[in-house]
Amino acid sequence: MSEVKKFLYVNRKAPYGSIYALESLEVVLIGAAFDQDVTLAFLDDGVYQLVKGKNTEAIGMKNFSPTYSALGDYDVTKIYVEKESLEARGLTLGDLMDLKYEDEDDDWAEKDSIRVVSASEMADIMDTQDIVLSF
Amino acid sequence: MAIEVNGKTYETDEEGYLANLNEWDEDVAKAMAEADGAELTDAHWEVINFLREYYDEYQIAPAVRVLTKAIGKKLGKEKGNSKYLYELFPYGPAKQACKYAGLPKPTGCV
Repeated sequence: MSEVKKFLYVNRKAPYGSIYALESLEVVLIGAAFDQDVTLAFLDDGVYQLVKGKNTEAIGMKNFSPTYSALGDYDVTKIYVEKESLEARGLTLGDLMDLKYEDEDDDWAEKDSIRVVSASEMADIMDTQDIVLSF
Repeated sequence: MAIEVNGKTYETDEEGYLANLNEWDEDVAKAMAEADGAELTDAHWEVINFLREYYDEYQIAPAVRVLTKAIGKKLGKEKGNSKYLYELFPYGPAKQACKYAGLPKPTGCV
């Protein structure tokens, strides 16, 4: 078994209008399926990817919001959202999807995957990674 | 590519996965299984229906590890293991069962 590396996927773009968000999500799921240690970061317009209650009917694109809820099944449990990016867009944690995972080491208790962190905390998180992929 | 079931033509991709999952019905699944020389039992249907529900909720076909864990949770531990699932779907539980369920190939499958 090869060594597990720490992968950070940085998401900075709005979910629709470009392919970045969906591509990132697919790469995340593939990486997680290969047992890597996966962390997600959402900054700038990327925070819009996690906003709940989307309807994509009018733009004729598949709404891939429900797929974020599967991340917990893929053992992707660390989702960091930058506080400053949320505030600049008038958003709060309550505007985001309620993403959960089940903690295997804690009798499968449901826990929140999303954590809001400051820009300086985000920098520390990035600093601890082996590989950073930016979308 | 395409398959024909009960006189109706269904478009598929080059690996035999249904192009439009809304066209799926149980006869399509049976025809696909028959072409592989397999017969679908209640145990197969349990997994196929599970996959369709999973796709409906999350809009993806789960990777085999995720499928195994989720089946174990929903249908019981004796079913949530690779041995049980590979006996049902020898070509790979995620790939083969997803195909019969009319879903695209699982994300992360190569």
